[in-house]
Amino acid sequence: MEVETPQSSQNMQPLLRVEKLVKCYERQNVFGSREKLLALDGVSFAVAQETTLAVVGESGSGKSTLGFCISCLEIPTSGSIWFEGRDIVVLAESERRKLRPQIQLIFQDPSNSLNPRWSVEEILLEPLNLKGKLKREETKQRAVALMTQVGLSSDMFQRSPAQLSGGQRQRLAIARALALEPRVLILDEALSALDCSVQAQIANLLIELQRTLGMTYLFITHDLAMAAHLADEIAVMNRGRVVEQGPAQNILRHPKEEITRHLLAAIPSLDNAERPPLES
Amino acid sequence: MVPILEVQDLHVSYRSSGEASYAALAGVNFHLMPNEILGVLGESGSGKSTLATSLLKLLPSNGNISRGSILFEGKDLLCAPAGELEQIRGKRISLVYQEPSVALHPALRASEQVFQVLAAHESAGKSALRQKTRQVLASLFPKEADRISNSYPHQLSGGQRQRVLIAQAIACGPSLLIADEPTASLDSTTQKEILGVMRTLRDELGLAMIFITHNPALLAGFADRVLVLYGGRVAELGLARTVLSSPKHPYTRALFQSMPQILENTRDTRKTKLPVIAGDSSAAQLPLEGCVFEPRCPDRMEDCREREPAVVNLGESHTVSCFKYGG
Repeated sequence: MEVETPQSSQNMQPLLRVEKLVKCYERQNVFGSREKLLALDGVSFAVAQETTLAVVGESGSGKSTLGFCISCLEIPTSGSIWFEGRDIVVLAESERRKLRPQIQLIFQDPSNSLNPRWSVEEILLEPLNLKGKLKREETKQRAVALMTQVGLSSDMFQRSPAQLSGGQRQRLAIARALALEPRVLILDEALSALDCSVQAQIANLLIELQRTLGMTYLFITHDLAMAAHLADEIAVMNRGRVVEQGPAQNILRHPKEEITRHLLAAIPSLDNAERPPLES
Repeated sequence: MVPILEVQDLHVSYRSSGEASYAALAGVNFHLMPNEILGVLGESGSGKSTLATSLLKLLPSNGNISRGSILFEGKDLLCAPAGELEQIRGKRISLVYQEPSVALHPALRASEQVFQVLAAHESAGKSALRQKTRQVLASLFPKEADRISNSYPHQLSGGQRQRVLIAQAIACGPSLLIADEPTASLDSTTQKEILGVMRTLRDELGLAMIFITHNPALLAGFADRVLVLYGGRVAELGLARTVLSSPKHPYTRALFQSMPQILENTRDTRKTKLPVIAGDSSAAQLPLEGCVFEPRCPDRMEDCREREPAVVNLGESHTVSCFKYGG
C-alpha cells in the first residue's frame, strides 16, 4: 500500500518554484487614508512533480493569498512563480492563458464553488467545451470518464449540486478541475468543510489521483494532522512568511519554530481523552 | 441530583414536497445533569442540528415533532405555550450557532448586539443593562473589552466574533447552552481557545452544555459524556473517556479509524489509504427497516436487516444500540 516517493524527485527540476513572492493589498480606511496589508512577505519554495507540499498556518497567515497568486487569480506585487521553466508573473496574458489550465484550484466549500442552477453534466462540460477541441460525442465520453475517475456514477448527470452530498460535491469539484488535465492542483482547505469519514474518502481519492495521474498538490490547510498524512513536505506560514519548511516527519517530530509548536499543540486528538482537561 | 434536561423518545420528521415525510430523529433518549457537558457527535444527515433546533422548538415550518417529550427543569417544553417558550429561549436556554459571521448583525456594534438580548428579557433600566452588557463582554474579553464593544462584526476576527456570540448566549444567565458546531469555521488554534472559554464558563457559571460537532477529536478532554448520533438514532452514549478511547458501536469505531493518526504512529504511514466507511450518511442511503447503519456496517449480521437493535447497557452508564452486544 505504501507509495515510495522516488528519491530522484528530490534532485529533479521542480515543477513549480516560487521566489520571493510579495503580495501587498492596499485599502482605504473609513477616514480616507491608505492602509497597507502585506499578505505575502517574500515567500520562496519549490515543489517537485508528483509530490505534495502542505502549506499550514493560522487564519490570516497568507496561505490562501499564496494559492490565489499561483493560480493567477491575483497578481503578485513582486517576485516570481516559475512553472515549466517560465515565470508566469511576467508572462503576457495571451501566454499565461495557455498555462493557466495546468494549475487548478479547489476551494473549501463546494456548495459555493459550483453553480447551483447547473446540472452536474453542465458543470463538467463547461471546461471541456472551453478547451474546444473535442467533438460532442467525445466531450460526453470524457465527462463520463471524469466522473468514474473521482468515484461518481454517471447516473448523477442530471442532478443539481444541491441534490448531492457534501462529499459528492467535492468529488465533482475535483472532476471539474481534472477536466483540463492540470499538472498542479491547489487544494485550499478542500477537506476542512467535510465530515471526518468523508474527509478520509476524499483524502484517499487524492492519493489515488497522485499515483495514477502523477498529480502535484499544493495542500493549503490549518489541519496539521491531515497535512502530515498527505504531504511530502510541509511549509509553515506565519504573517505572510514561510517560517519553517522541510520533510513532513521532521516538521512534526522536531519543530523548530514557536508557531509550529503552537500549531502542533492545537491539533485535536482522540489521544487527549485521558489527558487532563483543557486549561483556559 | 435531578437532571436539568430529559429528552424522551423524541421523534422529529420533515415533510418534503410531493414525497412522504422523512424522519430526522427517531426515538432519541438522553438526559443532561446540571454543570455537565454533553458532546453530540454526528455527521451531516445524522440529525444533530435537528436535535438542537427541536430542543428550542425552532424547527423550520416543514418540521414536526411527532412524538416524545422534552423536560427542561421539570417542565415539558413541547406543551409550553408560545409566550412561555419565548421567555425560556435566550434566557434559560440559549443557542450558539456555527457561523458567527451570519449569526451577528453586520451593522450593529458588538455591545449593542449583547444589549439587545438583555433588553428583550430583563426589565431593569437602560443604564443597568448597559452596565451588565459591559460586564458580560469584559468576562469574555478581559484585555480589550472596550475596543471589541465598539467594533462592528467585520472588524473582528472569527474567534472574536464567536466570543461575541457566546457573550450574547450567556448574557441572561441561562442554565443550558446549546452550541451547534460553534468552532467548525475556525482554525485549530482558535478552536482550542474557544473550547477553553466554554469550559471556563461551565466551571464559573455552572452551565450545562450540549456541544454538537462532527469532529470527535474536539470532544476529547472537553466533554463529560458523548452521545453518538447516526441516522437520527442514538448509536452510543457514555462517558467521554470510555466512548472516545474504547468505542463499542461499529459506526463509532469505523469513524475513529478513518482519522489520520500520523502523530501516534512511529511507522511512516503517510500517503497510505485511510480506512473509510463506504457510502455516506445522507437520508437517501438509510434503510427503511432494520438497523440504520447496516448497509455500511463492517460487522453486519442477519438480525440487522430484520429489526432495529435495542439499547444495551454495558455498565458505567455506557449504552450502545447494536446486536453485537445483545441488542
